Amino acid sequence: MEQDLSAWFAAGLDGDATAYRRSLQRLGLLLRGYFRRRLQQLPDDVEDLVQETLMAIHLQRHTYRRGEPLTAWVHAIARYKLVDLWRRRERHDALNDPLDDDLAVFAEADAEAGHTRRDLSRLLEELPATQRLAIQHTKLEGLSVRETALRTGLSESAIKVGVHRGLKALARQWKGQS
Amino acid sequence: MKTEELIGLLATDAGPVPRRAGEWRFAVAMALGVAVALAWVAAEYGLRRDLAQVAATPAFWVKVAVPLAMAACGLAALFRLAHPGTRTGYWALGLVLPLLVWWGLAAQALGPADAATRATLVWGSTWRVCTLNVVATALPVGIALFWALKGLAPTRPAWTGTVAGGLAGAVGAVVYALHCPEMAAPFLAIWYVLGMALAAGIGGVAGARVLRW
Repeated sequence: MEQDLSAWFAAGLDGDATAYRRSLQRLGLLLRGYFRRRLQQLPDDVEDLVQETLMAIHLQRHTYRRGEPLTAWVHAIARYKLVDLWRRRERHDALNDPLDDDLAVFAEADAEAGHTRRDLSRLLEELPATQRLAIQHTKLEGLSVRETALRTGLSESAIKVGVHRGLKALARQWKGQS
Repeated sequence: MKTEELIGLLATDAGPVPRRAGEWRFAVAMALGVAVALAWVAAEYGLRRDLAQVAATPAFWVKVAVPLAMAACGLAALFRLAHPGTRTGYWALGLVLPLLVWWGLAAQALGPADAATRATLVWGSTWRVCTLNVVATALPVGIALFWALKGLAPTRPAWTGTVAGGLAGAVGAVVYALHCPEMAAPFLAIWYVLGMALAAGIGGVAGARVLRW
């Protein structure tokens, strides 16, 4: 299972969108299980944190060094996001978790997605037009980059850059909101 | 937005990811930082006139080798800190251990000396400006390193900032040595170390604020 995940993720780094999506789906399940066990006092924060961490994994994936264990990298990011949430909620005490090793994220998958508090769609409205259009078409309407380019009259590379910059901007806004 | 939708959105941005992004960022940061620090020392303080002669003496190399060793270890530690899940190992220790050379030599020089000689060895003629000049020379290096770190993912912001500041301080000490006329080990062991420690402290405070993501 973990080997599949590492292989998919590595293929994603080389540009294989299908493999990348699969690795993110699997990571989403694992992160949900990890956070749900650790946020029993804050159940409403679980799904937001899953999304925030997936976004962070995506935006920081250039810091994953190929050949090194994916588990340690993902765990360090998940733990950082968890500590960050605790810090925001001022619950330093909750960090006493001696059993938390590098494999903790990979202990248990959880497919039962909860509700999110923060609405990413609303944040989208605040982005510049190119970024917003690029994201809305590729996400909401499920169009490929090429179809989006045709429909908006923008070049394919402009769409790609738009999605990438838009995601970064979303992550920033998201952070500012919480 | 549902998590499944977010994943779909992220997958459209799969794209080939550049390899060795971290190496590049640090290489660019160090090159720029050192270049500006050199320009600053040359323009603001002026290089030593006797640099060519003094560069061949062991005392000069002790002065430069200690912060150089610290900088090398600090860079290795910082690179690891900027990549989640990578253990720092003992590299951070290497940011401090070379100082034992200075402190050892300082003790050796001060031991047999009389009071008047001791004062000269400790205070030199530039102790008033030395510490702050080291910090000022470290500043461009520190700013460049923070730029590099902003594009990477340090999971311990304050500690990462401290190491970045210490590394910048060590580089600042090497570059400032091209101007500074002091050669006595006790002088280096106090005022240079103070400058590097100050840089590390500034880095730690700045890191806790700036390096979150």
